[in-house]
Amino acid sequence: VYVEEDLYMPTINVNGTSVEVDAEPETPLLWVLREQLGLTGTKYGCGVAACGACTVHIDGAAVRSCQVQLQSIGAEEMITTIEGLSPDRSHPIQRAWLELDVPQCGYCQSGQIMAAAAFLSEYPEPTDEDIRANMTNLCRCGTYNRIMAGIKRAAELT
Amino acid sequence: MHNFDFVKPASVADAVKALSTEGAQPLSGGQTLMPSMKQRLAAPSVLVSLTGIAALQGVKVEGRTLTVGAATTHATVAKEAAAAYPALAKLAGGIGDPAVRNRGTIGGSLANNDPSACYPSAVLGSGATVVTSRREIAADDYFQGMFSTALEEGEIITAVRFPIPDRAAYAKFDHPASRFALAGAFVAKYAGGVRVAITGASEGGVFRWTEAESALSSNYTADAVKALSLDPGGMIGDLHGTQAYRANLAKVMVMRAVAAS
Repeated sequence: VYVEEDLYMPTINVNGTSVEVDAEPETPLLWVLREQLGLTGTKYGCGVAACGACTVHIDGAAVRSCQVQLQSIGAEEMITTIEGLSPDRSHPIQRAWLELDVPQCGYCQSGQIMAAAAFLSEYPEPTDEDIRANMTNLCRCGTYNRIMAGIKRAAELT
Repeated sequence: MHNFDFVKPASVADAVKALSTEGAQPLSGGQTLMPSMKQRLAAPSVLVSLTGIAALQGVKVEGRTLTVGAATTHATVAKEAAAAYPALAKLAGGIGDPAVRNRGTIGGSLANNDPSACYPSAVLGSGATVVTSRREIAADDYFQGMFSTALEEGEIITAVRFPIPDRAAYAKFDHPASRFALAGAFVAKYAGGVRVAITGASEGGVFRWTEAESALSSNYTADAVKALSLDPGGMIGDLHGTQAYRANLAKVMVMRAVAAS
């Protein structure tokens, strides 16, 4: 029987389910999600932590998954992606986004939504200034004003 | 990005051992090193993650001393230091953006010593002690110019000990895109006198403005600094601001910090 010497198959928890993944320990979480787990809602934008398109939650906190190495994640840490934000797209941010047609092309929006959801849980009654200071993801369509309106609407829906 | 190996030791001793490998580099929150590697500005062959070491985590208060584990994130410091050292907590809560604060760590920031980073000003302005895997280094000896520190090869920061001041505040003028400080001032008032540390402004990285310290030690008001001026000579001059602009901005930040504390 052939046994690989340093067989590395870590278990991570994604969207409430523990999964064993087969990837090198230095693989960015972004690529584990997209390529190993098929969760392609999380997008690759810049790869250098500048744009935020790859934002996911780890234990409720927004992080840029292109900068998180697989092995730095503990089995007990809860990763949430856009697919797991709500079972039926009913998170207040998602409802507000639909209501106000926030996206234009949409590419950055799963990252925007994940950043906004983490932000809203920390700032349930956000001011414009709070939103400007904490929502730093880039949008090349320039939907920033609608993102701001969407977050305020979501605060009302919460 | 070049290929590299990734190891995640569970103790400081194991991390030190792993760092003795040729081309190894410590990795904390990865908010500077990972983008640098992806842009091929850095190419370590082994990354030694420090985030799995329990001893490097957390904020502890004992008497008038606040100790922050080196791998504690900015977001955690913003929450856990808020009661004992609000100026430090506020600084931590204003670094970068939420994603940076959720991963970036105090040890990583200090080891990198970016001339525009926020934390170096709090450490120097508080006269804190940088505790490493080998020794304890006073803040005054630790910072040695832009991106350079007293750390030796293979030496890891394990904690930072801050003496808690009577009054303190941090004021910065940040660049709206990068969120780095164009100039930032950390002012702390202790029984023995006032310390003033400036970040973001100087070619030499964070520095103490001793003239302002003596003025504030005898009269702790924003007005006490008004007549002073910093020499624009050693300041950073770039497309975001001239040397004279930065020298003046640093003074304004000191005045704002004093007024806010």
